[in-house]
Amino acid sequence: MSEEKPDLIDVQINGEWHSFPKGTRMIEACRQVGVEVPHYCYHPKLTSPGNCRMCLVEMGMPPRPRPGDDPPEPDEDGHLPISWIPRPAIACANTIAPNMGIRTESEMTEECRKGVMELLLANHPLDCPICDQAGECSLQEFSVEHGNGESRFREQKVKKPKNVDVGPRIRLDDERCIMCSRCIRFTDEIADDPVLGFTDRGSHTVLTVYPGKELANNYSLNTVDICPVGALTSNDFRFQMRVWFMKEVKTIDTNCATGANITVYSREDKIYRITPRQNNDVNSDWMPDSHRLNFHWIESEARLTEPLVKDGDQHRSASWQEALATTADKLAGLEGSEIAVIASARMTNEELLITNRFVKHLEAGHVDTVPRTGEADGYLISADRNPNTLGVKTVLGLDDPGSQLSAIQEGIEQGRIKAVISLQENLIEDAGFSADTLKKLDFLLVSYPLANPTADLADVVLPGAAWAEKSGTMLNITGRLQRLNKAVDGPGLTLEPWEIVRDLIQATGGGNGIYSVNDLFQQLAAEVSEFEGLTWGRIGDLGIPLIETGETIPLLEREKERIAKGLIVG
Amino acid sequence: MAIVVKRPKLKLWEQLYLPAIAKGMRVTLGHFFKIVSGKKKVTMQYPEEKWDEHLPEHYRGAPALVTDEQDRERCVACQLCEFICPPRAITIKPEEIPSDDQWAKVEKRPKAFDIDMIRCIYCGLCEEVCPEQAIFLRKDYAITGTSREEMVHDKEKLYEIGGVRVGLVNKWNELK
Amino acid sequence: MEWQIIIAATIKIIVFVFLTTLPLVAMSVWAERRVSAAIQDRVGPNRVGPFGLLQAVADGIKFLLKEDFTPNHVRKGYFWLAPALVMVPALMTCAVLPFGSKLFGEKMVIADLDVGPLFVFAVASLSVYGIVLAGWASNSKYPFLGGVRSTSQMISYEISLGLSIVPLLMIYGELNLGSIVQYQAENGWALLPLWGEGLSAKGWILAVPVFVSFIIFMTSMFAETNRLPFDLPECETELVAGYHTEYSSMKFALFFLGEYAAMIIGSGLAVTLFLGGWSLPFGWLTPESTEAAVPWWHGLIHIGTFFAKVIGLILFFIVIRWTLPRFRYDQLMRLGWVFFFEIALFNVVLTALLLWWLS
Repeated sequence: MSEEKPDLIDVQINGEWHSFPKGTRMIEACRQVGVEVPHYCYHPKLTSPGNCRMCLVEMGMPPRPRPGDDPPEPDEDGHLPISWIPRPAIACANTIAPNMGIRTESEMTEECRKGVMELLLANHPLDCPICDQAGECSLQEFSVEHGNGESRFREQKVKKPKNVDVGPRIRLDDERCIMCSRCIRFTDEIADDPVLGFTDRGSHTVLTVYPGKELANNYSLNTVDICPVGALTSNDFRFQMRVWFMKEVKTIDTNCATGANITVYSREDKIYRITPRQNNDVNSDWMPDSHRLNFHWIESEARLTEPLVKDGDQHRSASWQEALATTADKLAGLEGSEIAVIASARMTNEELLITNRFVKHLEAGHVDTVPRTGEADGYLISADRNPNTLGVKTVLGLDDPGSQLSAIQEGIEQGRIKAVISLQENLIEDAGFSADTLKKLDFLLVSYPLANPTADLADVVLPGAAWAEKSGTMLNITGRLQRLNKAVDGPGLTLEPWEIVRDLIQATGGGNGIYSVNDLFQQLAAEVSEFEGLTWGRIGDLGIPLIETGETIPLLEREKERIAKGLIVG
Repeated sequence: MAIVVKRPKLKLWEQLYLPAIAKGMRVTLGHFFKIVSGKKKVTMQYPEEKWDEHLPEHYRGAPALVTDEQDRERCVACQLCEFICPPRAITIKPEEIPSDDQWAKVEKRPKAFDIDMIRCIYCGLCEEVCPEQAIFLRKDYAITGTSREEMVHDKEKLYEIGGVRVGLVNKWNELK
Repeated sequence: MEWQIIIAATIKIIVFVFLTTLPLVAMSVWAERRVSAAIQDRVGPNRVGPFGLLQAVADGIKFLLKEDFTPNHVRKGYFWLAPALVMVPALMTCAVLPFGSKLFGEKMVIADLDVGPLFVFAVASLSVYGIVLAGWASNSKYPFLGGVRSTSQMISYEISLGLSIVPLLMIYGELNLGSIVQYQAENGWALLPLWGEGLSAKGWILAVPVFVSFIIFMTSMFAETNRLPFDLPECETELVAGYHTEYSSMKFALFFLGEYAAMIIGSGLAVTLFLGGWSLPFGWLTPESTEAAVPWWHGLIHIGTFFAKVIGLILFFIVIRWTLPRFRYDQLMRLGWVFFFEIALFNVVLTALLLWWLS
């Protein structure tokens, strides 16, 4: 076997032989065959200092014969007998060797784990009832699985600083810290902002920020995610909700074109937190704080919850039927060339497809989206702050999104354009339209999640769902097609944008047989060549590469380098 | 498969049914006369006689929050009772204890603690699950109200029912 | 003279029907609840008034004040008629029952008919129309099934009920209920021939068919009044509430009270035919004849005796209800047609033969 595949090595795990590529860590080899080795300090994206000792396993190698003795006989599969080493080895920092044996369920391994757990718990406070980590705490989990159940420790626990402000978004509880050093390595290796370290080494070791520094970089909240206990907690999520109450929905971040994979945690239609979800082709295990915390506006007071129709100078609430009928009325007398549709690069591909239909149905003379740009940060945030610019190009067929906006403004000034339909966009604040220009219009329709100055001027305002309240697909900067999943229901009478556009088409005399966002995806697969043959299920949770753009994500490039150097597993 | 039940063959005397009726009446009349003559006590005459003094130690009445001898509210808003509650009667909103508070080291307390007594089934799981010995089922059994809102016990009401409880494990002592 | 008879009859109707029987109905509802409670080791209604005696009044007020709801899908005329048709025949049968001997020279019976038992059966069987109408007019499946069950049950048991008293009428040779009671007062009650002519061998031999008649009469009476163990027209486990499922408020109360009224009248008839009516045992205080004058205090004692016997039988009805489980429908029909019908018929022949032999 090993002769045919020279890069594979045979390893015996719990009595069964498996083959792994050379250089695999023992802990990864075990994980690949479904054997879990408990660990705290080890993280595949970080270097392995091997300081928690939780991953100790019993290891064995073929016996080395004394000079003169016969070498051991291989069995019929070519495996040599294993002589077990009486000292355990850490599985996280050691790589596998040919004919190695690993035991994760032996008496010695169990004894080691029990001992390590006892020492880790010796000084750990029993404040699980107030600890935010409770419910997703590795210490709790492994204590149940491998711990003693009872403490033999009769002395007083060591007192350490609690509730320490280490940064603007993070609180530290040193008593809970088990000195795994994951956070230290993260800030050093990934965030390039080494501000954390251990001081007072010994039984009073504390994690602390360097004097005069604070943990304030835009990736600091990732340390909360990787902290295996409740030592580092997020100020934003602190004491908000226990983790076991929350519904987890896998979706993607819409704050920039990277489209970081995230998990949205919600309970009773209220979002409590967002954490990054591992996707080695998009965001590794991380996400920026600025994107992570940008969800509180979803339940702000300014949310539009019902359609509004302008009566004189004032808006009044209306039913969807009335709002749509008003729109159809106003658009009826207009030529296609007098109508401009401004869509959004925050819309999903499905929404853009039906918007395209709407444009064709109205024979609208002007179509564009609003571009948003910022600084790329050299990690995960891309310069394009729209999540689906590539979708606009592919599905809506705009070659240069944003190039028409000034022409549309001009057209309004000159009176050539009499109606603007702004879908999920805020023209005054984001597209640089002036209020005076918009006042010249005969008819302005705005759909948007929040009240805004553009909506103030609109004749009809429609409440559109926010990103967490709708489903669809988006194309990120690298051309990867990813799914956006609905995490919560929108408030009041909000509708998903594709529903709004569908209803607009119907109200203005068009017809369609679309009942779900999946219908739209099927039509997308049938009509747009890039999407040919795709199904909703095939995209999966991690998305699939669809278009070659040549763009890369800097953080992933550096990660690849470190993997190549053998620093991390990846 | 159908099961055929064998019927017992009755004797002529039994087929008359009259003895069986007499036997049955002996049972019912036996109960009747025992009750009428007062040989057997039926039940507590509730509105006139109250349960209060007769309730057993383990009686499960209205759940309530307690404070301890240090006048500290014991609940730390861990929300385990909210989680375990089978009819989902409990709703807790946690908050952080401000740093100038005497008990700032406890860090967390309930901002709002509501028990919907229309939902509560008095199962006592909240008391059992509480890691802080903060919620107890007291002996209050006559929980009434004239509106749904009135039947939701808020934090204030819960502490009023619960009162002070002494002799509990003091986890948050001076060593903590 | 005419107007004197009318006034006397009106007074008797008011006193006997409205001031005695109807309160008795209400009290038997209370008794039913208290007795059943005692049998089941409970307390029963004891809040309203002493011993809960005013519970009946409270119930009545409740029935009157509840919403009188008529469902949309019913046939309104018949739906409204049905409860009356149940209650009225039950009260009409009171007319021929002698509830005392004489008071102030007046016979203590509303209508001194010479065909008393026949009148009772004729009128009582009318109440089946009320139940059938209720079941049919409700236009809903459970009442319909209840109505159908009730019809077949009442028709079946009326046969054995009628046949069961034929032997008695043969023995008495009389159809006037007042004369029947007078005969029993002088010669021993039909069931207990312990004095007068009843003490003879003839009396004792004739007691055998009378006893058989009594069993059949009482059982059939249970079936006629839809009481457990024969309450199949309204058995809640199968038919929700049977024929009165769709009724509420006072209309429901009329069905409910009709059942108790029928029970009281049934008991009255049983007392009159088998247990000597208003007479005291061993011929005590017995008037010379039906026409003889009776001192007023004798009259009062006779009235009291009659009602004591009726109340005793009502208690028997109640105890039986809480003792026996409900029959299955096929068992009910089998009992009526295969056993009681034949036995009653045979009993008539037996009595005839005995009378021929003894004469």
